[in-house]
Amino acid sequence: MTTSVLPQTATDRLRWAVADGWTVTRRDLAHWVRQPGPVIFSLLFSVMIVLMFGYLFGGAMAMPGRAGGGQASGDYREFLMPGMFVMTMLFGVGETVSAVTADARKGVTDRFRAMPMAPSAVVVGRGTADMLNAILVLLVMIACGFAVGWRAHGGVPETVLAFVLVLLLRFALIWIGIYLGLIIKGEEGVTMVQTLEFPLGFLSSAFVAPSTMPGWLGAVAEWNPLSSTILATRELFGNPGWGGDSWITQHALLMAIVWPLLLVAIFFPLAVRRYAALGR
Amino acid sequence: MGGTGRAVSAEGLGKRYGETAALDGFDLTVPEGTVCGLLGPNGAGKTTAVRILATLLRPDGGRAEVAGFDVASRPAEVRASIGLVGQHAAVDEVLSGKQNLEMFGRLYHLSPGRARRRADELLARFELAGTGNKPAKQYSGGMRRRLDLAASLILEPAVLFLDEPTTGLDPRSRNEVWEAVRSLVDGGTSVLLTTQYLDEADQLAGQIAVLDRGRVVANGTPDRLKSLIGAERIDVVVHHAGEISTAVAVIGRISGNDPELDVDNRRISAPVRDRVAALTDVVRALHDAGIEAEDIALRRPTLDEVFLRLTGHRAGRPAEEVAT
Repeated sequence: MTTSVLPQTATDRLRWAVADGWTVTRRDLAHWVRQPGPVIFSLLFSVMIVLMFGYLFGGAMAMPGRAGGGQASGDYREFLMPGMFVMTMLFGVGETVSAVTADARKGVTDRFRAMPMAPSAVVVGRGTADMLNAILVLLVMIACGFAVGWRAHGGVPETVLAFVLVLLLRFALIWIGIYLGLIIKGEEGVTMVQTLEFPLGFLSSAFVAPSTMPGWLGAVAEWNPLSSTILATRELFGNPGWGGDSWITQHALLMAIVWPLLLVAIFFPLAVRRYAALGR
Repeated sequence: MGGTGRAVSAEGLGKRYGETAALDGFDLTVPEGTVCGLLGPNGAGKTTAVRILATLLRPDGGRAEVAGFDVASRPAEVRASIGLVGQHAAVDEVLSGKQNLEMFGRLYHLSPGRARRRADELLARFELAGTGNKPAKQYSGGMRRRLDLAASLILEPAVLFLDEPTTGLDPRSRNEVWEAVRSLVDGGTSVLLTTQYLDEADQLAGQIAVLDRGRVVANGTPDRLKSLIGAERIDVVVHHAGEISTAVAVIGRISGNDPELDVDNRRISAPVRDRVAALTDVVRALHDAGIEAEDIALRRPTLDEVFLRLTGHRAGRPAEEVAT
């Protein structure tokens, strides 16, 4: 008889949670290997946006802090890359939502829930896989940035901190993605989330400085949590386009930590409650 | 097993969704080592019942034990004792069959080596060994369902739940699944299966519970149920509307039941016990009465007719299946 022994102690339970979470993570990694198409497509898509904005629109972009424009478009690509690092983290939300809804729709989530595995593993595994994916995406974007002339001008600690902030934001976005994935039922909802990523990204300092927008719109863009991470990393990389007069731009570094933590504080409990509500 | 001798025992289970009662006083006992078919139309509460017993849903009222463990207070023990095959083939479609089984094996906390060996055993047992590295998405419906079944059997569960295991399958795939279920039952697994098909329950189950509006309305062996509803039905279609009343009297006398009448189609239908004798008697009696039948046929009762007889109302669509 093949039987399993349920964990008795807290240590056993923790060991199970880690092992099960890793098994679920490995499932996603196996997807990349067996079906690399979607991963490659999403990487190429981000590279394409860099090229599109860097070379197609870049020449026409007014750079903040330099009246009259006329600067080399190389400056715009320096301005663009921190925005793109953050945009790729935002694109990850659609992938999280899509994976969570697909599992729910195909009954895989129910199978997991009816198994004697650690209940946290489904979510922990998803989160770990998405973080690993985010690191891969970021590495590709860094290489892409180097290719188009972007450089980190700060020291090593500043550069490392900047990337940590980008990943911290992705970590926060995972919980939004899991929460939305548990609410959304059909593929239409997933498409909607993916479509909304663009206006949300445009309404930040990723592509243009909020100071060039009409007053109220600029304020919304400045208070967009994405903007704080973008501004803080521009500052840490020593790329142009950071700074501003408003409180939120003056405290970009602080807010690049506060916003993600706030999002986690809101969406982690929501996601956990939603997951528990599957039993209602 | 908790030594109760009962694979499943449910008492007064209730589950409401707003105004709709998906389950309303659901009672059921499935003895260890037996197969129980839960028969009912869409919306009767079959899936809700299975989801509660498999710890996926919490009931609003009542209590249930599976493999001797209370589903509410000891869900972990229940999960370690059951296998669940839901309405969708819940496997990872990108991974191969072997990768699926190894992953689930690891999540059942088998060592990597044992998970691999168990995967190979199950692939061989369900005739999936030749599928190699092919992703499950390229499997036929029947193969995917067998993989789903294999994934539910990694731990050799004491109790297996099958929720409409053959819905959407072609007849050949359906036979494959039936064969797989039969061989499991021979191995001593207790099974609770839900189905919309009387035929399927009859093929697989030693006990059939008929579910209507969230409540078991009839329960017994297939033979007992058949004697309640009449194993076979005779359908007679007459040429002229004027012949109907005579034909009804003839068929009523022979079958010993009140025939049902479909006036528009001039069709008279009644359950019969001894099918061949009934057929010859009806043919002869109609001939003697000077009635020329347009059509006479013996057939198995439909689920609608089972319902009509057991519940006094047509199956219809009383409530949408809420829990799917």
